[in-house]
Amino acid sequence: MSIANLKEPGKLTKKDFESDQEVRWCPGCGDYAILAQVQRVLPDLGIPRENYVFVSGIGCSSRFPYYVNTYGFHTLHGRAPAIATGLKLTRPELSVWIVTGDGDALSIGGNHLIHILRRNLDVNILLFNNRIYGLTKGQYSPTSEPGKVTKSTPDGSVDNPFKPLVLALGAEATFLARTIDVEARHLQDVVRRAHAHRGASFVEILQNCNIFNDGAFNDVTDRDIKAEHQLVLEEGKPMIFGKERDKGIRMNGMRPEVVQLDSTNESEILVHDSKNPVLAYLLGHMTPPEFPTPIGVIYDVDRPVYEEGVQQQMRRAREKRGGNLDGLLKRGDVWTVS
Amino acid sequence: MSDGQTTFTKERQEVETVVIRFVGDSGDGMQLTGTQFTAASALAGNDIGTLPDFPAEIRAPAGTLAGVSGFQLNFSRSEIFTPGDHPDVLVAMNPAALKSNLEDLPTGGMLILDQEAFNEQNLKKAGYAANPLTDGSLDRYRVFAVDITRLTTLALKDSGLSNKQVLRCKNFFTLGLMAWLYHRPIEPILAFLAERFGKNAALLDANTRAFKAGLFFGETSDLFTMQYEVPPATIAPGTYRNVTGNSALCIGLIAAAERAGLPLFLGSYPITPASDILHDLSGHKEHDVVTFQAEDEIAGVGAALGAAFGGALAVTTTSGPGIDLKSETIGLAVKTELPLIICDIQRGGPSTGLPTKTEQADLLAALYGRHGEAPAVVLAACSPADCFGTAIEAARIAIKYMTPVYLLSDGYLANGAEPWLLPKIDDLPDFRVEFRTDPSGYYPYLRDAETLSRPWVVPGTPGLEHRIGGLESEYLTGNISYAPANHEQMVRLRAKKIAGIAREIPPTKIIGAESGKVLVVGWGSTYGSITAAVRSLHRDGLSVSQVHLRHLNPLPPDLGDVLRRFEHVLVPEMNMGHLSRVLRAEYLIDAIGFNKIQGRPFKVEEIVTRVKKLVEEEA
Repeated sequence: MSIANLKEPGKLTKKDFESDQEVRWCPGCGDYAILAQVQRVLPDLGIPRENYVFVSGIGCSSRFPYYVNTYGFHTLHGRAPAIATGLKLTRPELSVWIVTGDGDALSIGGNHLIHILRRNLDVNILLFNNRIYGLTKGQYSPTSEPGKVTKSTPDGSVDNPFKPLVLALGAEATFLARTIDVEARHLQDVVRRAHAHRGASFVEILQNCNIFNDGAFNDVTDRDIKAEHQLVLEEGKPMIFGKERDKGIRMNGMRPEVVQLDSTNESEILVHDSKNPVLAYLLGHMTPPEFPTPIGVIYDVDRPVYEEGVQQQMRRAREKRGGNLDGLLKRGDVWTVS
Repeated sequence: MSDGQTTFTKERQEVETVVIRFVGDSGDGMQLTGTQFTAASALAGNDIGTLPDFPAEIRAPAGTLAGVSGFQLNFSRSEIFTPGDHPDVLVAMNPAALKSNLEDLPTGGMLILDQEAFNEQNLKKAGYAANPLTDGSLDRYRVFAVDITRLTTLALKDSGLSNKQVLRCKNFFTLGLMAWLYHRPIEPILAFLAERFGKNAALLDANTRAFKAGLFFGETSDLFTMQYEVPPATIAPGTYRNVTGNSALCIGLIAAAERAGLPLFLGSYPITPASDILHDLSGHKEHDVVTFQAEDEIAGVGAALGAAFGGALAVTTTSGPGIDLKSETIGLAVKTELPLIICDIQRGGPSTGLPTKTEQADLLAALYGRHGEAPAVVLAACSPADCFGTAIEAARIAIKYMTPVYLLSDGYLANGAEPWLLPKIDDLPDFRVEFRTDPSGYYPYLRDAETLSRPWVVPGTPGLEHRIGGLESEYLTGNISYAPANHEQMVRLRAKKIAGIAREIPPTKIIGAESGKVLVVGWGSTYGSITAAVRSLHRDGLSVSQVHLRHLNPLPPDLGDVLRRFEHVLVPEMNMGHLSRVLRAEYLIDAIGFNKIQGRPFKVEEIVTRVKKLVEEEA
């Protein structure tokens, strides 16, 4: 908050995006890694620091704005998309980021999430998915796996969980991506791609809660097995994975399946196309143990951006009707008494 | 046609005040008939007051009691304050409309009916065992059974319109007849028709012909022997227009944003009776207005709060059920100290209640309906036109004190209309906002020494990057703080900031004696009835005084002194006693509640009777 901090966008560094607040997540929390990667990316995007705004709801992830030295608003449980919408409609020039979690975005704020995606407001949504309620100390979340034993489900959860990407696709999101807290480089790349997308970018970040749900994504992230369990998507490239890059995804009729690669089936392997909503749907549904977990940009299409439509209508109204207050007062039948 | 009225030959009688109620099926176009008669009366120079009364169902089955829609108009040569207690004239388009309104018509009142609508089918739907036109049950009224349906059909027999379209012109026949009966200027009605149907020559022609047929029927039929005339009222000079509360509120918000130099942002979700504000503002984008129809009430206020953070004059509009849903976000606005206007157009509750009927039962919710110590400013408009000034006052306070402000209106004000003396724009308060841009010495919760308000900084301002949120803030820095003493300091500071606004409230205006036996204290839409009642009591020689409150939190600083100067304080409210409870708690006085909870405004005579009873008890 001092003048010394004013810098050209190109000269900003990660340090410029670290606030003076002590970070208070639990030691070992996946949120630290996400924060660090986002702070690394922000200086590179060519945006003046004062034009960034981080808006969050409630939950562990939603403390994020306090730790980023930009404008920030820590709002209400589930309501960040609504508040961000008003902000972005008022100041379209700002780069608005919504930081949320699986409970915040998918339970209490589910309605706002689907509507911000439907409208395609130009914001970036980072959903930290740890499949648990951390801040309230360990209840199951809308992404918890069936049968999960937590404080509020001592006999195991009977809820069917959401697949966040499928939900977002159902809401007609224009950008879907998945990344992982511990995959630093991948996370940075995805965040950059999310920023580059015009419209609402929805990024699911798989995140470990080492206190209440430790190992939430071990089957995806463990060093020894991750090559077998991650499908790293690259635009225009075949969907091949495995330590020996010896497995691929192909279609068997209307269904995808994992096949062992050989010279006869290489041409049958699906090629990633982020413009294809059907493919996005299939990728969103691929879950372990049958499939590897797809990560990367799953879907990225263009659709008119909400706030631009709003601005355009306002411009047209001004051109057509001017906007004279006296004229507004005297609208309709007016009479004069002398 | 423009000189048509000069040729009318029947005797004309002058009358002081007339109250007409138009009632029919909700598809009969009674609202349109009423508003057009109103516009003609305003141009005739009368003082006017109107109240539409429509069912919650858009088109209940035709001919049923549930589908009756009404519009009452009071027009006078003297100053009036209400749409009138009782109609002098009831225009009923079918048996159901007659049945549900007849009890309000005094003996000797004029009853104008569409004769053919009183057929077996309609009588049955309305629950009449016998036809009231013939069974003598209407003998104590002056009944005019007119063949409205047949005469309209006759007038339009070669119009080429379908039977259904022809019948939809009945309301303009009725309007023509009433325009003749009360000698209204017809030019504004013809001009309206031209504007409304200008693009459809067949409909323009048909409605114009139906209107004129009604007019000429009055003149030529033996049914009516005389015309009535209400001469122009003595009204303060100036330019006027007729305005509903919701419309005045919209114009007030736009004017306020312009005076503040800010864009106007409305985040809202459709709800009766507030939706017209969303509709109206959505048609005024040229005034730098952004309207956002949100996915729900919570997102409506959430978006408004986000817009306030971004530097807009932020507004959310709703009614009671929406207020419940918005309260958490309003608490965040209290905590983050951002300006926000919450318009609550009250309706009958609890729950869905009476969506299209009026009530004042949200006052305590506005004052206290948030968890934690969450003080907010509460203002109430007292008449349709006053919604304009109250909107400007709400904006001024919200910005100056960085606080949410509730603006209470209700269904009666929202849809009721009265002539409005248009203000001069230069006379409106100027409260141009200057956002803070200077980084030196800045803290998010720095306080202005006088107002205790914090600086408004818009994201995008270099060097002032900061974070706000719902967690308790440390004094000055705004950093999260759970320190016990800091919390108490912040709670007291937020309370003191709001309480301090009292210093800006002008001295309480007392109508009548400065002290005495009875003081009638009101707030909101009871103003019209109370004012008319107090005038009537003054004419009867009773010493009664009146105070009407716009500022409900904080209350006027002199209010306690004023109240204590009277032996009795009577508080008429359309609730179970909200303000009376507040006055008792704040001033330890024995405020007497006078409560009506019928979804309808007070009648003037009800207040007159109650005050007289109070005076008699004393004697």
